[in-house]
Order: sequence, then structure tokens, then C-alpha cells
Amino acid sequence: MSHSVELDHVGVTFGTTRAVDDVSFTVEGGEFFSILGPSGCGKTTLLRVIAGFLNPTEGRILIGGQDMTPLGPNQRPTAMIFQSLALFPLMPVWENIAFGLEARGVSKAERRKKADELLKLIALEGYGDRMPGELSGGQRQRVAIARALAVEPQVLLLDEPLSALDLKLRQHMRAELRALQKRTGVTFIYITHDQSEALAMSDRVAVMSAGVVQQVGAPRELYDNPATPFVATFVGETNALSCTVKGIDNGIATVETAHGTLTGRAGDGLTGGVAAKLYVRPEALKPKGGANRLAATIERIDFEGAFALAHGVAEDGTPLVASIASTELASAPAIGEKSGFGFESTNAVVLPDV
Amino acid sequence: MSELYRRFGGGLGTLFLALVGVWLAGMVLAPNVMMIDYALRPNLPPSQLGGPEDVYSLDNILYLANEGVHRAIFFKTVWASALVAFITFLVCYPMAFWLAQHATVNQTAVVLLALTIPFWINEVLRTLAWYILLAFRGPLNAFLLSLGIIDEPVRWYGDGGVLAGMTYAYILFMLFPIYNAIESLDKSQIEAARDLGASTWRIHWRVVIPHAKAGIATGCVFTFMLAAGSYVAPALLGAPGSRWFTEIIYNWFFEGGDWNRGAAYALVLLVLCLAVVLVTLRIARVSLTEVAK
Repeated sequence: MSHSVELDHVGVTFGTTRAVDDVSFTVEGGEFFSILGPSGCGKTTLLRVIAGFLNPTEGRILIGGQDMTPLGPNQRPTAMIFQSLALFPLMPVWENIAFGLEARGVSKAERRKKADELLKLIALEGYGDRMPGELSGGQRQRVAIARALAVEPQVLLLDEPLSALDLKLRQHMRAELRALQKRTGVTFIYITHDQSEALAMSDRVAVMSAGVVQQVGAPRELYDNPATPFVATFVGETNALSCTVKGIDNGIATVETAHGTLTGRAGDGLTGGVAAKLYVRPEALKPKGGANRLAATIERIDFEGAFALAHGVAEDGTPLVASIASTELASAPAIGEKSGFGFESTNAVVLPDV
Repeated sequence: MSELYRRFGGGLGTLFLALVGVWLAGMVLAPNVMMIDYALRPNLPPSQLGGPEDVYSLDNILYLANEGVHRAIFFKTVWASALVAFITFLVCYPMAFWLAQHATVNQTAVVLLALTIPFWINEVLRTLAWYILLAFRGPLNAFLLSLGIIDEPVRWYGDGGVLAGMTYAYILFMLFPIYNAIESLDKSQIEAARDLGASTWRIHWRVVIPHAKAGIATGCVFTFMLAAGSYVAPALLGAPGSRWFTEIIYNWFFEGGDWNRGAAYALVLLVLCLAVVLVTLRIARVSLTEVAK
């Protein structure tokens, strides 16, 4: 089992900017863990702190239970894959892969052997003597992974390594990374701003915003039970309706909105009488039925392939989006139709405004 | 060529071509051809010019080959110029690395200004400043004596003085090419190397220096040529024991009155410099056009 990574009240301040604020969470050994957030949220700073390129202003980093805070990046059992990959352009592929071993004083024959083994692992057998510039984007990606794995790290840190690839290749590399992680059992900490990437690959995800961790949980948990308005809106699409909480009964909140009285699951920290928002996913909005009904006029329907997005406007002007499976498109309301959407209480969540 | 005419039209295009031609013929070709012509002819009184004895021969060059003292000074100049290039590199590389990878914008501005200001002054005066600093009863000896590092004044003039003066004079020619080369190195490459466990030494040897190779070769070539052709520093800061080949050439021209032999010596120096430059570039696998950049 690979080492766990524990962040203990980590904070980073650059001058007057608070880049990371009191972050604590534990990544279990062998886990595929993602840190998800918009650009500038402090996720890369956090990764650099874990790698040892940056000293935290306060707090500690523990890897495998040992305090790593005073150690440099070359003394930590971590390896990083940079956004730019940072392959050494003047060294052939095999020397790139074996660079970490070279730094550890491994003999040349042994290094070559290990590099060839890793080339086999990433399905690039026979590419050892090429230069990085002669490889395609996806191949370079795999070389960067092999170079990091060559030093047999306990923890692999990945800084948006797929962002430069095109969509098809990115989806392919996602699956490959996931498989590689399962095969090697190394703890992966993966930085991304792409929520579908984080949801698809990770065992657990930490959602960050403005230097603060908003929520840590399994992808499904984040999607179904967002803890904060930020998570509700950033992870996946959602419809947000302003409301006032009238009462909470058995975990179901009754709220007063411009569209009438609606019900939804009460989120953390919700109390009666406060201003809140009711969040409901597009796929939870149905043209027909549902315990809660929202009157709306359909403005347009965007066909996306597997599903279509029906954009409607409520009577008070609030935009609403419903996702309709392509197979059910035939029975969907027509454009301009004064129809409406319905949803079940259990498919909506009410969170207090912050 | 047609591009030139297309862009500037017939008149202006022809003018530009003519100017380049005049430059090449008048400033590059003619002086060198004349030097070669002088070098290969004997030194004769005006009355015998064009006479039966005025024939081409290698006598002047062979004179250098057979004259032990001059030959020794020649090789010493070559060797010492290489040493100057090497020492200048040792001084400049850490500075260039720091400037290119670590310094803030303000720090870079201050350092570059501080390095450039001395070059607003004429090279002779700059060397004269070192002449004063290194004098037997000068500030450096006084300082070292007051610290008790030396018991009696040191004679700095000679090899040490020449090395110091030249290194100082050519710092910028080494610093800027290396600085430019290192600046284009992606910081994450250094971080990746460190992350993989490489020591500082290995990071420089395997990542930074290979990347900056063209800049380093350029700086070394510049410094070597300037040092080999330098006259002021050895004349002022040298001693009789540390004569420079340029001083010998000067003597043939202005004291010996033998321009032909002086031209022959200069020709040998030129050819040797050229050879050293080309070999260095070949070793560093850098092309001449990269240096020109």
C-alpha cells in the first residue's frame, strides 16, 4: 500500500494574497484523489506545497505519517508531472525516463533496462532512442508519466497534465491514467479545473475555491449532496432558485419562491426563516409530473447528441435548463409552448446563502 | 535579392546592394587582402619596390616559426586567451543563472545597470583604473596589508594583472549570451530535475548547461577573440614577462618599422583565432549563424 498524504492546517500567503487558507484533508494510500477548482483557486499552489517546491506559511505536510514540511522536493517520496510535462528536450526518451535513476547513481546498463521496462508499461517499446520532440503529444504525456514512475514514488502529483491534449486523446488518456493508477497502486493527487475529468477519474475529489477547500467527497456525493453553493454550481450544471425557508420537516425543507411553494432536501446548516437557494439539476427537471411544478415557457432546445437541453424562462424571468434524453425528445414540449417543469423533492437540495 | 527589389523598388534596392558591396569590399575584403599582400612580401626600401627582389614568399611567416621568443609568446597568448575565456565563464555563469532564473525584475535592472555603467567609459581608462588598483603601492595592496593577509606588497602587474583586467573588460560579452540562453529555459525543467532527486551540480550539468550551450560557446568565442586581439590590458597591466602577441605586432609596425613582418604576424594570429573559433563551435555543435544571433 502506498503512503497516505495528510495536510494539516496548511496555509500559504504571498505578500498580501492568501493563496491557500487553512486546508486540512487526508488522501488515503493508493487513492486517486483530485483537487478541483477554477483557475486561481490555489490548487496548483497546494500541489507545489505537497511536492516541496513551496514552503507553506503555516501548517504541515505528512506523507506516510512522516512530517515532510522541512524537506526539499528531492527528498520527498513524491514525483510530479508538470502541466508543461517538462521533458528534457536534449536527452533521448530513455535518458529522460532514467534521469531520476541517474541522480540516484544507478549504473547505465541498469538504467537502460529499467527505462525499457517502463517503455513497455506505457506501450512505447522501441521509442527509447528517439528525442522527445519526435513524439506526439500523447506519447510525450506517457513518457512524462514513465519518468515520474521510474523513481518509484509513493505519491504521484499531476498538475493538469491532460489540458494540452485534444478531446479524444484526453478521454483516452483519462482511462489510461486510471488503469495505470490501479495497476501500480501509487497514490495519485490530480489537479484539474475540468469537473468531468475529476468526476470520471477520482476515488475522491476536493473542491477548492479562493484558497479554501469547500468539500471533500466521492464524485457522486459532491454531485448529489453539495455542501456549499459553490460546489452546487461548480460541479455539474444546476438551476438555482432564490427562496426563503419556511420550515424543515424530516430533512425536507419547504421554501417560498417566486414560483410558489416548493420542497427539497435540506442541506447542511439550513435553518428556518433564512434566505437560501434551491438547487435542482437539469436532468431532475421533467416536462411532465413531479411533486413540484415550475411554470415556464420553452425558448429553445439545444440538441447535444445523447441528450438535449431545453432552455425555458419562468414567469419572473428566471432562466431554467432541463436535460431531456434524446430518446424522449419526441414527447418533449415544443418551442414557445407555455409548459413547465416538475421535479421530486429528493432531487433538489436547499442550501443557505453565504 | 528579388525580395529586396520587390519591397524597396529598383532605385532604393540597387542603393542598398551597392552599400553592402562597398562595405564588404572596402571594410572587409580590401584590408585583409592588403594584409595578406604585405605579409607575403619582403620589407624593402622604396627604391627596390617592384624590383627583382620584390617577390612573394613565406619568409615573414617562417621568421615567426624560427624565432623562439616570439613563438613562445604566440602560444602563450593563445593559451592565456583561452584561460581568460574560461575564467570569465566561471565568473559569469552563476551570475547569468541567477539573473535569468531567480532575480526579480527590479534586481535584474539594477544589476544590469551596474554592469553596464563601467562600459560607458573608454576601455583604456577602465584598464587604467585597474592599473591604479593593482599598483605596488596601490589600494589593493594597502587593503590586503591592513587586513594582515599579506606581509609585504605584491607585484600584481604581469599574468595576474592581465587576467584580471581582461576578465573585467569582457564580462558583458560573456554574460549576455549566457543570460539570454538560460532565460529561455523553462523553469519547470529545473524543478522536474530537482523533483527527480538531482543534485544542484547535476541539474546544471545535465539540464541548464546543455540548454545554454550555444550561449556559452558564443560568449567563449567572443571573449577568446577579444582577449587574443587585446592590446591595452597587456600593455598597461602586463610585465616584461607577460608580453602579449599583439605587443609584438605593434612593435614590428611602429618600432621595428617592418610592416611586412607585422602583417605576417597579424595574419598568423587571425588564422589561429579563426581555427580556434571553428573548432570550438564544432565541439559545441553550434553553427556560426547561431553565434551571430
